[in-house]
Amino acid sequence: MRPFHYVKANDLPGALQAFAPQNDPTNAAPSVNAATQYLAGGTTLIDLMKLDVMRPATVTDINALDQSKAGQIEFGDNGLRLGALVRMSQAADHEAVKSNFPVIAQSLQLAASAQIRNMASLGGNVLQRTRCTYFRDTSYDNCNKRNPGSGCAAMDGMNRNLAVLGTSNDCIASYPGDFAQALIALDAMVEIAGSAGTRMMPFAQLHRAPGSTPQIETTLTQGELITAFQIPNLPWGKRSLYLKIRDRASYEFALASAAIALDLDNGTVRDVRIALGGVSAQPWRAAEAEALLKGKPIDDTMLLAAADKAFEGARPKKHNAFKVQLGKATLMRALRDAATMTI
Amino acid sequence: MRNSNDGEGSRSGSANGSGWSRRTFLGTSFGSTVAVVALRDTGNAQSPAAAASPRDKIAVSLNINGKPHDLSLDSRTTLLDALREHIGLTGSKKGCDQGQCGAYTVMVDGQRVLGCLILAAAVQGKEVTTIEGLTGANGALHPMQQAFAEHDAFQCGYCTPGQIMSAVACVKEGHANSADEVREYMSGNLCRCAAYPNIVDAVLDAKTKMEA
Repeated sequence: MRPFHYVKANDLPGALQAFAPQNDPTNAAPSVNAATQYLAGGTTLIDLMKLDVMRPATVTDINALDQSKAGQIEFGDNGLRLGALVRMSQAADHEAVKSNFPVIAQSLQLAASAQIRNMASLGGNVLQRTRCTYFRDTSYDNCNKRNPGSGCAAMDGMNRNLAVLGTSNDCIASYPGDFAQALIALDAMVEIAGSAGTRMMPFAQLHRAPGSTPQIETTLTQGELITAFQIPNLPWGKRSLYLKIRDRASYEFALASAAIALDLDNGTVRDVRIALGGVSAQPWRAAEAEALLKGKPIDDTMLLAAADKAFEGARPKKHNAFKVQLGKATLMRALRDAATMTI
Repeated sequence: MRNSNDGEGSRSGSANGSGWSRRTFLGTSFGSTVAVVALRDTGNAQSPAAAASPRDKIAVSLNINGKPHDLSLDSRTTLLDALREHIGLTGSKKGCDQGQCGAYTVMVDGQRVLGCLILAAAVQGKEVTTIEGLTGANGALHPMQQAFAEHDAFQCGYCTPGQIMSAVACVKEGHANSADEVREYMSGNLCRCAAYPNIVDAVLDAKTKMEA
């Protein structure tokens, strides 16, 4: 780990002030090279600093913000507001979250370990980095996420855990998180604070497709800080779930996962939201599969059709081709479970 | 790192004829280190933000097992390294040092966390509890420690302090209601000797005693 200045922010203005402008104001530099990094739970940042993947000159500790609104969970007529400094375990164990938005509680509960869930903030969780081995191992120069234009060692390397959807010719890294899929499925908004004030944005617009610039992972601009997630009260919130398939029964990233939010009308799909994890380069909404299901019953024919549609554009590599079939089966099982769950 | 892989586990106290064990020798060495740091600290107190170079040491005040410790640390120092290398509390073990094994599980404000992924500077003002703080004032073992011994819930013992800290939290969180639940909520603590069945038995047994 390289030496850094440790700065403790007592509140939001303090956090934003501690941000030092980057040399490159265009945002084109790799996000891992940002000179100032916010520190919340640290479960990604400290790990990647130890690996020398991230090398901030200044680390701004924002954990004191959990004493403000950014550390609170609020539930009411306007829906659910999750402060960005709420820890994963707090949201996973929250009664209103569990009963009204089971997909959120499950996506958090099935992630990481109890210790990490006590540490990791919700804001940091959605910004966690890919676990692509070649991104984490700096002995490989050829990683377009770390060294733009250097190539991608994963293309012909060990790519079993990597993405089949949303990839590009420059990067096949998979997005590792779970909670983000729940937010996508529930039409969540993300609240972002910056020097110019606070803005709201659909959460689905936060992560960028890798394209030819995989080093730029989000649409956040320099110094911006996620402060909350806003989840609307919509008819499909209660009939929602997260299904996660992985190599181990616990404490493991998804090989394939599905977040489902379903509005059923007497066995027919009035509306549905599908987000896929483990198989994609960014939190992935299967919009075409959703459209296919609307107005239709959840039966084997429709499930197969929806699953085929969701993976129509899949681009498997040598070791991860199994993810297409696994992803389809995961999606079908999740939809069937959602249709039959008691609410 | 001098003590990171010593495999001592919980088998401490094997004093030899001279009255010196490796552990007491190490403890004495650490005591000297702390004294030097404390002296330097009094002459060079700095607020973290005021450090001119990122290599300058920063003043860090920690509350460990109810006792205050004023340290002068490199900003990169994790809570685990502060405990082991600067305070001399070697109960928390350095396993993978990457947040995967759980051998360094400690509690911060009553919540179990990973000492290897938390900066020491970031836990100032919070109450840190380590395995050394679990034993009662009269030296009596915590029910969880007693249960681990009675159920033979370890072989080499290296993961044991982390297992026990995690297990105490698991019970307090209300997540130890069945063997399956214990297995799920203890999944962040790896045991290479695979003493898992006995660990589950110990946690369930201690839960009964902790709630009695």
